[in-house]
Amino acid sequence: MDLSKYQSDFPILSRKVRGGNRFIYLDSGATSQKPESVITAEADFYRTKNAAVHRGAHLVAEEASDAYEGARANLAKFIGAQTDEVIFTKSATESLNFLAYSFGNKNSKICLKAGDEIVVSEMEHHANLIPWQQLADRIGAKLTWLPITDEGRLDLSNIAKVITKKTKIVAITHQSNVFGTIVPISPIVKAARAVGAFVVLDACQSVPHFAVDVKKLDVDFLAFSGHKMLGPTGIGVLWGKSELLDQLEPALFGGSMVDSVTMDSATWAKSPRKFEAGVPNMAQAVGLSAAVDYLNKIGMENIENHEHALTKELLDGLSQISAVKVIGPQDMKDRGGVVSFTIDGVHPHDVGQVLDQYGVAVRTGHHCAWPLMRKLNLVGTTRASFHLYNDSKDVQALLEAVIKTKEYFKVGK
Amino acid sequence: MELDSLYQEVILDHYRSPKHKGLSAVKDVQVHHNNPSCGDEITLNLVMKDGTVVDISWDGVGCSISMASASVMSDLLIGKPYSQALVILNAFMELMQSKGQGVGDEDLLEDGVAFAGVSKFPARIKCALLGWMAFKDASTQVMA
Repeated sequence: MDLSKYQSDFPILSRKVRGGNRFIYLDSGATSQKPESVITAEADFYRTKNAAVHRGAHLVAEEASDAYEGARANLAKFIGAQTDEVIFTKSATESLNFLAYSFGNKNSKICLKAGDEIVVSEMEHHANLIPWQQLADRIGAKLTWLPITDEGRLDLSNIAKVITKKTKIVAITHQSNVFGTIVPISPIVKAARAVGAFVVLDACQSVPHFAVDVKKLDVDFLAFSGHKMLGPTGIGVLWGKSELLDQLEPALFGGSMVDSVTMDSATWAKSPRKFEAGVPNMAQAVGLSAAVDYLNKIGMENIENHEHALTKELLDGLSQISAVKVIGPQDMKDRGGVVSFTIDGVHPHDVGQVLDQYGVAVRTGHHCAWPLMRKLNLVGTTRASFHLYNDSKDVQALLEAVIKTKEYFKVGK
Repeated sequence: MELDSLYQEVILDHYRSPKHKGLSAVKDVQVHHNNPSCGDEITLNLVMKDGTVVDISWDGVGCSISMASASVMSDLLIGKPYSQALVILNAFMELMQSKGQGVGDEDLLEDGVAFAGVSKFPARIKCALLGWMAFKDASTQVMA
């Protein structure tokens, strides 16, 4: 699938970086670049429609509200959800924290209590680990986890021992931000359903890269960020089944989320308003909606196939270089466009530094998954991650720079 | 190449053959420091007597810059009066903050001047300072 015609839509890709090199951006797992249409949509909101949504009796406030609610409807359609199930947050991190706070609120009809268990996996990003650690600590619940295999896949062989009658929440990543492993959701949902637990999906690395349908997945909650899917920073989504959102208390309180207020009490508006206290990130929601339009125009299946081909090319290339080891699945089964690797004798931070000299931008370190690195006995990895604007030239540039890195540090053959 | 100003041969030598690495049995104080953004870690043992740095030993994991810098730091500060160690420490910190302008006083910093190029790479300054900050913390505790 040739997507090269879309590269010129991303203004930043035409800049030069260190050494006068072309900017070879292989760090989309951290944040994606933005097409002109997204940048324009965000700026145009400020230029033509800026007013506080859901307030004000004037024309521009109405237009701002329409644009903001239109964005919500667009996002809902994108993930196969009902419009009023989509809550705008500032980030996926905030989405997951909100959820953990709401589940810990004793006024929530589906609140957790002491002795309940929360299940995560060993390969969670800190954002889908620490909020649950903290919730468990606050309420006296227990955090347990599903282990991973040596290949970097979820080990479900003991799933019945981990997801038990005490389990109330299973919070799991859809695609590992370290390995690129795509996690099979249906066995997890099945095990959770059998014990009456809710499934929370961290979809940060999946929604931007392949078609995700919340109904087909049959999870209960899902979180993702806008900035990893070509949208602006400062906007994320928390999706939840509406009957469950109705049973949760909000985590933030203030303006525009109320039904009625007196001096000593308040009641809440219906979801999603209940969960969106304060003036929201309107321009960013509109920008994210433009990102969805852009992704739809190209087609998520085309993007998935494109990244699949690049990932295979990179894995094949790395396997030909001695002293280089891919961390995570070596084959293309259930695997997304994230490749972590190490070079024997060269620290990841030093690898990243040499790659940068050749214009290749990657992520190095523990990737906000420190427990996973400890388990693997690694100080970190070098991670390359793709989006639709990457191409074979980028892969080849990375492979050449990896060989140069080995030469520079005089390791391997 | 710009990279050569960062990875001076002296730095790579210290990285491959670090000095005073391996924790001593005796110590006045032990500190553990890390860089949470990259995962580099160092544990440092310090022995001081009569206001003099008698021994520094350390162990850690990290990039070439952080490990080489810990090696240079320990080699440089062992045997120095505390007051002189602080002068050297401050000179090294100043060099790191020089945004590529400083060259460093070789009489004072010896192999430490090899890190001058690090100051051009903002993301690496904290690597170079990891061992030095551990020493600062440990010596402050001993002198308190």
